[in-house]
Amino acid sequence: MKINDVILQTVTKIVVFIILTFGIELFLAGHNSPGGGFIGGLVLSSAFVLLYLVHDIETVRKGIPFDFKKIAAIGAFLAVGTGIGAVLFGEEFLTQAFDYFDLPVFGETELSTVMLFEAGVALTVVGVVVTIISTISEDV
Amino acid sequence: METLISILVGILVTVAVYLLLSRNLIRVILGTAVLSHAAHLLLITMGGLKKGSAPLLGEGAESYTDALPQALILTAIVISFAVTALLLVLAYRTYKKTATDDLQALRGFEDE
Amino acid sequence: MNNIIVMPMIIPLVTGIILVFLRHYVKTQRVLSIVSSILTLVASLVVLNQIQQDGILRLDFGGWLPPYGILFVADSFSMLLVTTTSIVTGILLIYAFSSIEKQFEHTFFYPFVFFLVAGVNGSFLTGDLFNLFVCFEVMLLSSYVLITMGGRKLQLIESMKYVTINVLSSWFFLIGIAYLYGAVGTLNMAHLSVRVAEVGQGPILTVISLMFLIVFSLKAGLLLYFWLPGSYSVPQTVVAALFGALLTKVGIYAMFRVFTLIFYHDTIITHNVIGVMAILTMIGGSIGAIAYNDIRKIIAYNVVIAVGFILAGLAMSSETAFQGAIYYLIHDMVVKALLFLLGGTMIYLTGKAKIEEMSGLIRNYPILGWLFFITMLSLAGIPPLSGFIGKVYIGQGAIETGSFILLTTAFLSGIFVLYSLLRIFLNCFWGETIINEDEDIPLKKGMLVPCVLFGIMTIAIGIGVEGLAPYVSDAARTLMNPEIYIDAVLQGNR
Repeated sequence: MKINDVILQTVTKIVVFIILTFGIELFLAGHNSPGGGFIGGLVLSSAFVLLYLVHDIETVRKGIPFDFKKIAAIGAFLAVGTGIGAVLFGEEFLTQAFDYFDLPVFGETELSTVMLFEAGVALTVVGVVVTIISTISEDV
Repeated sequence: METLISILVGILVTVAVYLLLSRNLIRVILGTAVLSHAAHLLLITMGGLKKGSAPLLGEGAESYTDALPQALILTAIVISFAVTALLLVLAYRTYKKTATDDLQALRGFEDE
Repeated sequence: MNNIIVMPMIIPLVTGIILVFLRHYVKTQRVLSIVSSILTLVASLVVLNQIQQDGILRLDFGGWLPPYGILFVADSFSMLLVTTTSIVTGILLIYAFSSIEKQFEHTFFYPFVFFLVAGVNGSFLTGDLFNLFVCFEVMLLSSYVLITMGGRKLQLIESMKYVTINVLSSWFFLIGIAYLYGAVGTLNMAHLSVRVAEVGQGPILTVISLMFLIVFSLKAGLLLYFWLPGSYSVPQTVVAALFGALLTKVGIYAMFRVFTLIFYHDTIITHNVIGVMAILTMIGGSIGAIAYNDIRKIIAYNVVIAVGFILAGLAMSSETAFQGAIYYLIHDMVVKALLFLLGGTMIYLTGKAKIEEMSGLIRNYPILGWLFFITMLSLAGIPPLSGFIGKVYIGQGAIETGSFILLTTAFLSGIFVLYSLLRIFLNCFWGETIINEDEDIPLKKGMLVPCVLFGIMTIAIGIGVEGLAPYVSDAARTLMNPEIYIDAVLQGNR
């Protein structure tokens, strides 16, 4: 039986963007206040899962043509890569660096390599969650 | 506070054991999930509760709560999340293959 | 600053990640995985030799000094195991090239093998209890995936049990960590050792130590081995060999580390419990090994016996016994891998798994037969082979410490190992051949070469034991004197 889900679909169109924005906000909030890659990644992936729920898998795949397994791998590589980066600079493994920069719009901003690490974590979480959800739902 | 949480951990473990011992595959998985949550709660209780303000920069408090248990829990949550997800996939595949989710019925299968 | 210590974990990890992208290029995957194994081996050999000159090495991640940061510590014991792991995985990968189905090579078989190795090496190297938990989980998560590859009915059922029992033991691990942190307020192993020595190992700490004993017994298969024969007999041959050679050894390593470094004060309780468990394990394993007709089950029970034998060395807790245990650990990693490969190859060639259904294989595959014979002798501890030296030292340790019950059981279990394998040998290799000329499946070179390599290794370890001796005695000395480890990690800032 096909249920009529016009309301759900219409709401989703807006809500997905709110969720995605919130996910990025959480991700950027990390480091010195609550938030970070894992939580941000989970929120981001919940947006994708919502899309899967509302539309069917094929439609979503047409709209977001990524291989989420590869996204997970890219994330893991990024996270491990920041650790190895430290080794290349002759520092101890996983050493993180940060500095303050004067950026045009944001003013003085703290940028650190932890951010890259967290981005890796976020990508891994998104990749893994979406992969698992789609594996379970694929052959129903 | 610690006593209350310890009792809560005890209740969670009881629930988890009950679920783990049931014959339904999904219930067993839910049992493992509840079980790991009990462990996480215990970890944070062991670090001491409400000892000071949240361990964040800019709080400006006199004393801070021990941040280590929280870091440990975050890691443990990530891991238990991954394991639970994997278990769900596995249970689903088992169900697909054997057409039953009753552990009693899964006993004594010989290799085909 | 010893960034090279982290390499045995990082190289497999990065290789695994890169191989995910190369999913459809099987040739490239194979070449890369061999290159990576060789790199890991070279790195671990370099570290092993550096330790002999500079003492125990450590690496503080991100420059956070112990006991505040997490760290990797490399001593002779852990590096010997890391080195053996790299060699064993390298050879097993060669076997995988010719035995594993194409379909698995496309579905991330190699990446997960490398994640598993990263977890194993990480567990050997870490100097932090929580980090040990994380590395355990990395290893176990990959093993969950590897064990289900193939997706046969029985395989799925067995892996369900395997995963559940491991989730339970991880839970015990977390609880143990929580209690220990609540009791002494640190998780760095060297720092833990200092703190435990300061407050004295009272009843509470002993109970916590017994929780860790439960955890590691579940992982190693010491007495709590009921899940092991089932789960080790269902996966692909290579995966089973990988599990048999590496996974239980990580549990054994963790037990050695924890009970020689942290909880070594109350040996009357902890080490006696380990001793009794080791005896029961050997008895149970022996009964299992002679009771079954399925080759895979017999081999799996042989793993159980070896676990009991090695941990008998821990229970005796003297330097000689530790030496014996380390020799036997290295020997067992090599020989168990070989045994699983041989068993798997026999099943591949005949299509049968019960020993009474096979016969006369030596006529068709003479090298395979003689390799099995060598393995059998090696496991029984016949002099020129690798099992001998470990048994001698453990026996000597038992006599030194007066643990005669352990001694008797350990050597009786050796007879049962010999008997169970002799049964396979007599039933499967001797007698009239069941394979007629035209049904003769040729034995692939890719399957034979790894077996021969392992065979050469067991002989080489046996004959060249003199070369291993300095490393092993250094490892045993460090295990016996925890101060060496503590000084290297904390360097005075206790």
